[in-house]
Amino acid sequence: MVATITIFVLAIFVGYYVVWGVTPALHTPLMAVTNALSSIVIVGAMIQTVALPVISGNSVVFNSINPVSLWGAFAVFLAAINIFGGFAVTARMLEMFKPKQKKGA
Amino acid sequence: MDFIREAAPWLYLIGAILFILTLRGLSSPKSAIMGNRYGMAAMFIAVVTTFFVAENPVIWLILLAMAAGAVIGMMRARSVPMTQMPETVALMHSLVGLSAVSIAISAVLRDSYFGQFNGNQMAMINQALVAQGNHPFHAMSKVHQFELFVGCFIGAITFTASLFAYGKLAAKKWAKTLRGTAGFKMMQAGIFIAMLLCGIYYFMTGDLIAFALMTLLALAFGWVWIAPVGGGDMPVVVSLLNSFSGWAAAGIGFSLSNPMLIIAGSLVGSSGAILSYIMCKAMNRSLLNVLFGGITAGPAIADAGEAKQRNHRSGSPDDAGFLMSNADSVVIVPGYGMAQGRAQNAVKELANTLKEKGVNVRFAIHPVAGRMPGHMNVLLAEADVPYEDILEMDEINSDFAGTDVVLVIGANDVVNPAAKDDTASPIYGMPILEAHKARTVMVIKRSMATGYAGLDNDLFYLDKTMMVFGDAKKVVEDMTKAINGGGH
Repeated sequence: MVATITIFVLAIFVGYYVVWGVTPALHTPLMAVTNALSSIVIVGAMIQTVALPVISGNSVVFNSINPVSLWGAFAVFLAAINIFGGFAVTARMLEMFKPKQKKGA
Repeated sequence: MDFIREAAPWLYLIGAILFILTLRGLSSPKSAIMGNRYGMAAMFIAVVTTFFVAENPVIWLILLAMAAGAVIGMMRARSVPMTQMPETVALMHSLVGLSAVSIAISAVLRDSYFGQFNGNQMAMINQALVAQGNHPFHAMSKVHQFELFVGCFIGAITFTASLFAYGKLAAKKWAKTLRGTAGFKMMQAGIFIAMLLCGIYYFMTGDLIAFALMTLLALAFGWVWIAPVGGGDMPVVVSLLNSFSGWAAAGIGFSLSNPMLIIAGSLVGSSGAILSYIMCKAMNRSLLNVLFGGITAGPAIADAGEAKQRNHRSGSPDDAGFLMSNADSVVIVPGYGMAQGRAQNAVKELANTLKEKGVNVRFAIHPVAGRMPGHMNVLLAEADVPYEDILEMDEINSDFAGTDVVLVIGANDVVNPAAKDDTASPIYGMPILEAHKARTVMVIKRSMATGYAGLDNDLFYLDKTMMVFGDAKKVVEDMTKAINGGGH
């Protein structure tokens, strides 16, 4: 528990210093890419998309379609929209910021 | 397989480092493209690793959900016009929120599903699980329940609040701004307290109904929380929700004891918090004031201003074009009006035409211009305006006094001199672009209507100010034509 909180607090510090270094011109791409990053919850969603054991007679069988896996899959779906959409739209924006063949200032 | 499962913490660590490098990259436009790729690589590593870590995953269902999400996400990312970025980002925040809620619901249902078996049955099930190479089932500890509760309620608030912000930014009819009366604030507080009580009850008893109620109340709270916030305060709200989506991810990370989620969530959380802070500072308001205060003093003062019936000077695009082509230096101040009128390409044409005439043209961006942080920069970048020509407030403010012409396009409060010298003004103290110091000021506006703050703007009534009324795009195009046609 303390170990995870340590990670949490240190990560906030890292975030704090790194984000102050972001140039204001790129604040919109920053928001789009952080959106994609917070969709890392897809990891949690995948872990929840599980087959549940059902007891039939003397044996245990696993049932793939159940409320737990469906909610999990729904979460995977939502997070995937954000991951693909977030990185793609950020890439699209950054492409626009690319200096065009440097013709002096 | 087992190899990857054992290496998983290391792989997640690599992912976390790449995430930090992603944000680091955004310090300059050049390194940002690489940074974005680091982010993609990190996500890829995390997802692949999770396939091996997950116990008994329904792989085809996960892949199906991912593929569907990928198609929708890519389509939206390719087609969305840059003018619609603020609402798109808000919509994406809402998806993260809803995703976190779904994960929490799924986790709670899973625990209660296993709870129905008796000791013998659990022994059988655990035997079957272990035979498959998985761990025996453990119910969530209290600590994990608490973390899940935090992730769920932050996620729920993020979901509905962002959805509302999306509606407001996209000017949907259902997203009506509600008045934040005292009664309304009581209701907000009531919902919030009820939500906490349900959460505590769930935490103590594990009761599913309390969990469902808590989630519903959190959803309701997100909506009524943002509903009274005005459109011009959206840069703050969108940044804040950005932060929230990060904290929701961190909460889920805690409940899964997954450091990568915690790190990614904290990075996003602090990023959004910093952006909110920058936006608030640029409006000289506190976060609490934006979220719970509203601009109460605004309308009264605007009424007083209207009563005076002041004179302004208006001119045609032709006159304005002529003046600009004879100037040595022009500074263009874009605002939300440029986004609304989709005038960024026309503005770029105007700037290029002036440059060909030997005029020094630069752009001045106020931090809260537009509806989200960096909104104007993206629009100008889309129109191919060189990065070097675009200056932040601090970089350009000292230059206004030596500037011949300032062209204000659809901006209002960010150039209102009252913020500097009228202590009675509600925006007094807000840092502004000091356009009033230039020799000539031109303002393109639809009409003399006030800005979102409901304030009259002294800049419009100065002797050196010329108002050019009309649609931003049309006016700017006419100016360009006048410069090209008339010569000088």
